[in-house]
Amino acid sequence: MANVLVICEIKDGKLKKASREALSIGRKIAEAAGGELQAAVLGASASSLAEEAGKFGAKTLFAAGDASLDQYETESWTAAAKAAVEAASPGVVLLGATAAGRDLAPRLAARLGVGVASDVDRLEWDGGKLKARRPVYSGKAFATVQMEAEPAIATLRPNAFPAEEAGGGAAAVKEVSFQAPASKAKVAEVKSTTGGELTIAEADIIVSGGRGLKEADNYKVIRELAQALGGAVGASRATVDAGWIDHQHQVGQTGRVVSPNLYIAAGISGAIQHLAGMSSSKHIVAINKDAEAPIFRIADLGVVGDLFTILPALTEEVKKAKGA
Amino acid sequence: MNSIVCISQVPDTEARIRIGSDGKSIDEAGVKFIVSPYDEYALEEAIKLKEAKGGDVTVLTFGPDRAAQALRESLARGATKAVHIKGDLAGVDSLGIARVLAAAIGQLEYDILFLGKLGVGTDNALVGPMLAELLDLPQLNVVTHLEVGEGKVTAHREVEGAEEIIEASLPAVVTAQKGLNEPRYASLKGIMAAKKVPIDTKSIADLGLDEGEIRGQRMTVVKMELPPEKAAGKKIDGGDPAAAAKQILDYIRDEAKAL
Repeated sequence: MANVLVICEIKDGKLKKASREALSIGRKIAEAAGGELQAAVLGASASSLAEEAGKFGAKTLFAAGDASLDQYETESWTAAAKAAVEAASPGVVLLGATAAGRDLAPRLAARLGVGVASDVDRLEWDGGKLKARRPVYSGKAFATVQMEAEPAIATLRPNAFPAEEAGGGAAAVKEVSFQAPASKAKVAEVKSTTGGELTIAEADIIVSGGRGLKEADNYKVIRELAQALGGAVGASRATVDAGWIDHQHQVGQTGRVVSPNLYIAAGISGAIQHLAGMSSSKHIVAINKDAEAPIFRIADLGVVGDLFTILPALTEEVKKAKGA
Repeated sequence: MNSIVCISQVPDTEARIRIGSDGKSIDEAGVKFIVSPYDEYALEEAIKLKEAKGGDVTVLTFGPDRAAQALRESLARGATKAVHIKGDLAGVDSLGIARVLAAAIGQLEYDILFLGKLGVGTDNALVGPMLAELLDLPQLNVVTHLEVGEGKVTAHREVEGAEEIIEASLPAVVTAQKGLNEPRYASLKGIMAAKKVPIDTKSIADLGLDEGEIRGQRMTVVKMELPPEKAAGKKIDGGDPAAAAKQILDYIRDEAKAL
């Protein structure tokens, strides 16, 4: 029997999507392991999330309800998360592979002397142990790791696990007390860099542009389609290196490995590093002038043609369809 | 200002990956190894710091014989000292690597530690924060801009859709993100000079570590596999943009259900 503890993050007073996804797969793992799903929530409003966490199947919510935890900082969160782990004594600890999750999980694991499976896209409970599949070599291969030490910690790739409500009542809140450390690092300021645009890590839909765009200004045809679809803007390495767009949009090795529901690649020929970073997308559309471009090998729908005429026409079609 | 840069040697990002005969690792035969790309940003930042403030840049790696080449390349770019902890990486997890590095670092003098944000290939992104924990240091993770002052450091860190500006005391652990700087190439003079720098080579036992603490204790790779071959999709002629746009729209709506 093993309980599963999900360390959650809050955004705009609700659980972050990555946390809802972690709770959803966490509930299945807890069922298989004969244990209970638990949530740890950090920050002043922690206990107010009991209802939402309960909907996703959490029976208990460990609340570190301290305002000093409202902004993620490594050292204070590590101390609070460790206190929650001690209170819950879970067999498995799950986090979203978000900026905070990726920062916290290794620090917490080193403190507990256990391992981490990072950026996992499949999880199962098998023979009393957690098995996690994770893309390696930027998706050119998959490694399955078996976690031997308890608790087993895993960070979960956004969009890899669907968020599914289980319809439970509010989780029972248990307060967690922890010793706030004298942090050696403090967040002085947080600046928005996307002006509210969706980021590729979290988006269900990504529209990506490559060298075929010819110049920086032409990203507007990508942006307009992304906006019409409610998706994020992605980019190939070549366009980032050319300075046409910021690195946070880069998909692939030395960028971000993504697996959205829909990936539209326009003017991207498909270097091996790019393909590795997006080939696990569920639906892939490619638009390219060159009928021999490698991107067509993995596209579900390939269109040989001119992106400068096809994309604006598609944007109009999408707007019409959404307006209807 | 003394810096230590922890580097790892990884398969070239251009490499085709084949699965090893044990089904649990990759086949390294014929694979070219390079310094992990993010480590190049880490090294460049340390070299810039040395140029501005003086001091040493020590490159440190843990790996088999071939890893010495990564140290030579780093010396050629401008590192001044090199330490090679020689050992087989099979069965070693990230905490094992962090323990080896922490033990090696304990024998060195430093003000700041640099690593890449992840080792390209294994793609774990774990060693930097684990090392910071073991050494009880602050961590500045996924950094795109860095300013080093007297006893303190300010870093810009990339998070979803935003940038955090973090202030920390030194010594600190910094993991480098693309965009931090433009790594330089090695000069011929640098390559020649690098040949004269001795590499300080040690074993895990020299560090007073027990193999059991670093290998196969916490997690094991039970399977390595290639992604399933994708069935070829549909390819259409986009000569008529309006017709092509309609076909894409149908696909987005009916197959992807993304509208």
